[in-house]
Amino acid sequence: MPRGEAGAHAETYLDANATEPLRPAAREAAIAAFDLPGNPSSVHAAGRAARRLLETAREQVAARFGARPAGVVFTAGGTEANALALHGLGAGRRLLVGATEHPSVWAAARAVAGEAVVTVPVRSDGQADLEALAALLARPAAPPALVCLMAANNETGVLHPLAEAAALCRAHGALLHVDAVQAAGRVPVSLAALGADSLALSGHKLGGPKGAGALLLRPGLDPAPLVPGGGQERGRRGGTEPLPAIAGLAAAAAEALPERAAALAALRDRLEEGVRALAPEARIVGAAAPRLPNTSCILLPGVPAETQVIALDLTGVRVSAGAACSSGKVARSPVLEAMGLGAAAGEAIRVSLPWNAGGASVERFLAAWGAMRERLRRRAA
Amino acid sequence: MRILVAMSGGVDSSVAAGLLAEQGHEVIGATLQLYDHGAATGARKGACCAGQDIHDARRVADALGIPHYVLDREERFRRAVIEDFADTYARGETPIPCVRCNQTVKFRDLVGLARDLGCEALATGHYARRVEGPDGPELHRAADPARDQSYFLFATTREQLAFCRFPLGEFASKAAVRAEAARLGLPVAEKPDSQDICFVPRGNYHELVERLRPETGAPGEIVHALEGRVLGTHRGIARYTVGQGRGLGAAARQGEERLFVAGIDAGRRRILVAPRGALPRREVVAGEVNWLCAPPAAPLACTVKLRAREAPQPALAHWDGAALRLMLETPGIAAPGQAAVLYDGERVLGGGFIRAAQAGAEAPRRAVA
Repeated sequence: MPRGEAGAHAETYLDANATEPLRPAAREAAIAAFDLPGNPSSVHAAGRAARRLLETAREQVAARFGARPAGVVFTAGGTEANALALHGLGAGRRLLVGATEHPSVWAAARAVAGEAVVTVPVRSDGQADLEALAALLARPAAPPALVCLMAANNETGVLHPLAEAAALCRAHGALLHVDAVQAAGRVPVSLAALGADSLALSGHKLGGPKGAGALLLRPGLDPAPLVPGGGQERGRRGGTEPLPAIAGLAAAAAEALPERAAALAALRDRLEEGVRALAPEARIVGAAAPRLPNTSCILLPGVPAETQVIALDLTGVRVSAGAACSSGKVARSPVLEAMGLGAAAGEAIRVSLPWNAGGASVERFLAAWGAMRERLRRRAA
Repeated sequence: MRILVAMSGGVDSSVAAGLLAEQGHEVIGATLQLYDHGAATGARKGACCAGQDIHDARRVADALGIPHYVLDREERFRRAVIEDFADTYARGETPIPCVRCNQTVKFRDLVGLARDLGCEALATGHYARRVEGPDGPELHRAADPARDQSYFLFATTREQLAFCRFPLGEFASKAAVRAEAARLGLPVAEKPDSQDICFVPRGNYHELVERLRPETGAPGEIVHALEGRVLGTHRGIARYTVGQGRGLGAAARQGEERLFVAGIDAGRRRILVAPRGALPRREVVAGEVNWLCAPPAAPLACTVKLRAREAPQPALAHWDGAALRLMLETPGIAAPGQAAVLYDGERVLGGGFIRAAQAGAEAPRRAVA
């Protein structure tokens, strides 16, 4: 059995964009669901009880994110929600995908359309280039498009101008799929208010358990399933629904309110002020654009992100760089490359405050980060 | 002290990490991802990302309760090792990628990372010994001559050596190392030894070389080195190394006499062949020399290894500040591109990469000469 790493340091968890700590309400809801014996598809009373829990969760999620209950498809997570949108809505359409979209979107787009996927560029501040999008949409005699833009970027927290993008899509008969995995719970997110056609959510990024996500669909859209199975989720996603994870997702969504997340912005600002005071050479990537309240992408010139992430981890501070790869390696960030950072794309870390962050964790980060920078400067001297 | 351990996922580096952790050091495990495992094994290209070895290294680190990191060095490895591998073949030489990897990705880069992380040492699972001498640390052969890897470490600089630790150097045998792995409860105790070149898992290295340097796959003539006659054609120079007897087809023998590769003329895409007795040379020149002792001002009597699997032979080394000229007591076969490593008994004195014999210098001779 793994013994677990000897922890000489207090844990300072600042990697919420990888996964949020479990919210107590989500934990309670999940545990309660574990004790329901029934399968939501069963005809008997136990099945009906399970079904009741499932449909209640569906209604909660629908209400919380501007969808109708019939338009909520529970999936295994954000990746599957994105894949279902791309496969189910993208067939036969031109795929226009934002340059800084999550790998789960890019991989699904490539699986659907191969090299025919078109990149929607971002500006240097990280926001989607709407003029470029308009030009791509206006291409004459092209088949209708499916546009994929994330609500908030996972690495920089930069928010895309989705209302404008949605209007452009409508004007050109294009569908808009929004990956709202990072934005949900942190800034207002509503399928209806955005005017989007589909929207992907992830339970654990809301503070729920890992293992459930959802694709929200506007009325009238009915994507073919990736997994037909037993016809669950109105035939759009086969397989017995993971009730504990879904109940946890719904409970987390009810707790993850943007009004509460706004308090994180003050902590984030304190953190960024501290970084600037410690290191005039450091840069906050994406600071010129509207951002999530919890995310800082901090660039320390000349120091590989990998070194920074490891050095901080060894002092008990958990941050990340780039999108987490399943092997755990730290790779250069395509997101930052798309923003035109060049070689510096490999020198930034992501600090993302969890919903329960307090001032102490910011101070611990600044102490560890400052000490790391000092040591590296002495080494380089 | 805080020590970074380069963990490959194999038994050796796992035991190295385990022993240091057991001694109470703060051990940090690092595994280099050097190439796309999916592409290298012909499985799913671009599969993200880790091969079985990285998985194993992580399991070992878990078992030891130490932090572990996977370091993406694909680009660095491709430029510093794989392309050098292909370029060396394209020059008509035989590369030695493990030395290039040790020189660049392993010791130079990992020592730098270790220092950045506040480590006081870098440890690897190499079979070699680092011995404190009167003038600082010395590199010595491993206690187990069958496992000794000191040949591949000759290019380690003295500064790097001072920072490095080789916990397996004193082990009497691989069996003893496996026993340690079992005692430490490491999940790789029974794992087979790695084979061949890590980035060419099935051994078809010339296919890789031909992909990177297509000219190495072009056919050319097999020519008798002494008589100048064309004896046949070959399917690309990357398939040959000096001293090789296979792959020559009908040119492999002349009457009763077997012929071997005596030289590779990359410019004319020619493989030169000669009888075995004509191959050994008395003089060998090496470049890119690294000294692990004070560079000798006068001719130095030592022993020298011209290939990984041979016993060191007596020689006299002449160093002029740029090139290393070795006069072998008994003529030996030297393949350009391989390493010439100098020893004083157990100690590695230094070494360099064997250069092709200069035209007009020593031609292949008859054994009776």
